[in-house]
Amino acid sequence: MAEEKDEKKFTTVSIPTPLAEKIKKQIKGTGFTSLSSYVTYILREVISGIEEESDDAFSKEDEERVKERLRALGYLD
Amino acid sequence: MPKPHGGKLIERKTSKDKIQINEMPTLEINTNLSEDVLNIANGVFSPLEGFQSRNDLENIVAHKRLSDDTPWTIPILLDMDDKQLNGLKEGDTVILKNSEVGLQALMNIEEIYSYNKKEIAQNVYGTKDSKHPGVANVINMKPKLVGGKISLIESKNREFDEYNLTPHETRTLFKQKNWREIVAFQTRNPPHIGHEYVQKTALTFVDGLFINPIIGKKKPGDFRDDVILASYDSLIKNYYLKDRAVMSILRTSMKYAGPREAIHHAIMRKNFGCTHFIVGRDHAGVGNYYGPYDAHDIFSEFPDLGIIPVFFRSFSRCTKCGSVVNDKICPHDQKYHINFSGKKIREILNDGRIPSEDMMRKEVAETILKFKEPFVK
Repeated sequence: MAEEKDEKKFTTVSIPTPLAEKIKKQIKGTGFTSLSSYVTYILREVISGIEEESDDAFSKEDEERVKERLRALGYLD
Repeated sequence: MPKPHGGKLIERKTSKDKIQINEMPTLEINTNLSEDVLNIANGVFSPLEGFQSRNDLENIVAHKRLSDDTPWTIPILLDMDDKQLNGLKEGDTVILKNSEVGLQALMNIEEIYSYNKKEIAQNVYGTKDSKHPGVANVINMKPKLVGGKISLIESKNREFDEYNLTPHETRTLFKQKNWREIVAFQTRNPPHIGHEYVQKTALTFVDGLFINPIIGKKKPGDFRDDVILASYDSLIKNYYLKDRAVMSILRTSMKYAGPREAIHHAIMRKNFGCTHFIVGRDHAGVGNYYGPYDAHDIFSEFPDLGIIPVFFRSFSRCTKCGSVVNDKICPHDQKYHINFSGKKIREILNDGRIPSEDMMRKEVAETILKFKEPFVK
């Protein structure tokens, strides 16, 4: 759908040229089709690694209600 | 436990007291769409808060991601025709209704838009062939899509509710059991020995196993839902440690989108609180539309998925090894291998016989045979 629109969904970042050249060499023969696809992959990996463990924001009452149902259904003793 | 997909577990519910239902226009929706509403409201589809807008749809189709870059591979869409919309416009609030599920939900219409069915078929299903059941569904969709947030008002009690846990409930359950790493196993059949081998192999390396059968519309000859649940109850009771395996159902329709659907299935299990997801051969495939391991390969596109796939290739019983094996661990020729044929097991059970214990646990087979009619007619 609409290639023109699609272009607006990408932006440009600057990285040192020697690094770009190294990456280009390294990705030859791998599944990465471009420098951009490789850098995107790495950044997504890094960003997701930074995410902390879940700290579910439910009230104590909610938690008790859920535990009660789990007990009633036999999931918890 | 992993964060819910997109960072926050969604709960979209409201009370009847807060709204004037009788003054609002109503849109009748089918059961599949009602299941989508429930999955949005209960957080199974987190981070979705409603049916998707054009921007998200375009991103999913082209890039397998939501417009905010969160991985998402299967569009969740509400289709309507002009007659149903009956003059409704963007900004209106409507009640979505379905009598079978006893569903009532509030929807704020944010966008009404047209779309390209062929592009969805080609990109999501990898084919425009109308014989593909997922493509056939897309072709049969109505011409307009309606995007907007929903809030569940009510749904009635249904069969198997005692097995139906929300992500909030499974997350609480896993926490109470002190499970940090949980592997999810999806199924649509009673367990044979091969399934048990896969589950126990994966379970060896984590804290708990989450068996999550997909319940819903089936085709004639499939095992009935109550048979699948009873057979798993029997397996768990007789062959699993009580504190290492739990089962609850997932009500959602199969799309048969192969690799893209494998990602979707993994995302739902991440929302349930699982850290790992078992992906077998030709996961969510149909016919010969996908390669046997396409559903494995696609995971390499998502370094930020937040759930670890556990890949299993083919497995069988090796008469020489005397155990269940897979192609990485058994050196013996194919002639020593007996495949776990679901079709063969069905035929034996259909004759009222118990399959050999090499194929299926006796307790599981006996449980199935207690049903007068274990198959969908």
